[in-house]
Amino acid sequence: METLKFDLDAKPLREVNQFLHGDASTLDGKSIVIENPNGAHNIAVGLKSDVHVTIKGHAGYYAAGMNQLAKVTIEGSAGSGVAENMMSGVVHVKGFASNAAAATANGGLLIIDGDAGLRTAIALKGADVVVGGSVGSFSAFMAQAGNFVILGDAGEGLGDSIYEAKIFVRGKVKSLGADCEEKTTSPEDRKILADLLAKSGHKDVNPDSFKQYGSARTLYHFHVDNAGAY
Amino acid sequence: MCGIVGLLVRNPKMRDSIGELMLPMLIGMTERGPDSAGLAMFGAPVAANERKFSLYSGVADFNWTKLGHDFEKHLSIKAKVEPKVNHAVLTTTLEPETVKIWLKEHYPQLHLLSVGQLMDIYKDVGTPAQVAERYDFKNFKGTHLVGHTRMATESAITPAHAHPFTAGEDWCLVHNGSLSNANSLRRKLQYEGIEFETDNDTEAACRFLQWRMREGDDLETALNHGFEELDGFYTLLMGTSNQLALVRDPFGCKPAIIAEHDDYVAIASEFRSLAHLPDIKNAKVFEPSPKEMYVWKL
Repeated sequence: METLKFDLDAKPLREVNQFLHGDASTLDGKSIVIENPNGAHNIAVGLKSDVHVTIKGHAGYYAAGMNQLAKVTIEGSAGSGVAENMMSGVVHVKGFASNAAAATANGGLLIIDGDAGLRTAIALKGADVVVGGSVGSFSAFMAQAGNFVILGDAGEGLGDSIYEAKIFVRGKVKSLGADCEEKTTSPEDRKILADLLAKSGHKDVNPDSFKQYGSARTLYHFHVDNAGAY
Repeated sequence: MCGIVGLLVRNPKMRDSIGELMLPMLIGMTERGPDSAGLAMFGAPVAANERKFSLYSGVADFNWTKLGHDFEKHLSIKAKVEPKVNHAVLTTTLEPETVKIWLKEHYPQLHLLSVGQLMDIYKDVGTPAQVAERYDFKNFKGTHLVGHTRMATESAITPAHAHPFTAGEDWCLVHNGSLSNANSLRRKLQYEGIEFETDNDTEAACRFLQWRMREGDDLETALNHGFEELDGFYTLLMGTSNQLALVRDPFGCKPAIIAEHDDYVAIASEFRSLAHLPDIKNAKVFEPSPKEMYVWKL
């Protein structure tokens, strides 16, 4: 496989991103390494071809945002909004991620090996998110679809006003948000969880050690008796 | 927006180059705060019976020599005045209260930025690179510092509105965020006899902590009261004679990232400002949790 290297100390990020936005036929199957990311914002955003990008260090805000098809590996940590609005592909953060990781993500898989900040998977719309560590407060707020696996703990207000996304937590949940409740894990859901654990490097983790959470569906339509919960 | 930076140098051999280490940190925060910048530097202490007064004149051609002469003549006491463009540090053994009254009476146009034995404050409008160049931040020596780059959102762009703010001797604070109850806090604190210099929201937070500490709170208790009373978004970084302290609001609305290394502790709004620190690859880099207090001592 052909590997191309870009050094952000020597080449402006805009040129690197423009290269990565090139015609899929020239990029498909290629492997790209980005050195000296040094916390720059918007690295590898808007990718739309089957390319593998490795970011050798810490990325700033919105890394791999709007990703389609590409596999993006961040060897350090990621700033706010990593894989924001991802459509497909895989984004793997080997360190920790800041706030709002995978916000509104429609598809694809985000793997975070370390902890993730507040509002992780906020308004999730169908993507899968696996966090090896713990997540901050208000995670999965209004999450509509997709699966959210947390191997560590969750902060306050998990799954507040959640729709049909599924949350699996192995550790402790500080508190559940409005209309979020514990669910019984069906055989189908157990398979979803086991597959995600296997795909994200946690195949030895027992799916039965997780509790599942989802919507109690009492806030779908406005009802005056629920006014206090909004 | 706004950017914050803090650096505490653990390795004594590196303290003479703290200014040089800090410069890329401050400039790294230019996009977050392009309109003004400021720095509180904790350097070598003056003699036990002395105090340093950081002064700001607002004009480049201010006659600092005359100020020194007037001070010594009127008060019959020695004073050292070290000017740096429109800032100067006045060192004297006279009581701070007497100095403050004298300054107000004879030089009402001067801003007194800080009082202490270790801390000098420089703040001005301009990009971080311009401000750093103007006051030669690169050659500053010392143990720890607190810096700020400002993007004004709620009050005017003037040197007085720039950060850091002080609330006591060798005590300063910088803020990234905005407070929605700054006006009501100010009214409440003025009623308690706390004086304000600007209409800046950060000054209200600073004076709130000053008031709590005046009432006997230690820093931690004062900050716990702050969590209850400060309404808005904030990452606050504080410097004292021997420590740096950091808190984020309970909703984690404003960022911060920390690098702990055997040689230093560095704090910034974003990793961009930490990337060029020596041996950063071997530092422990992490994000502080909201509503928790982080303290690093010299």
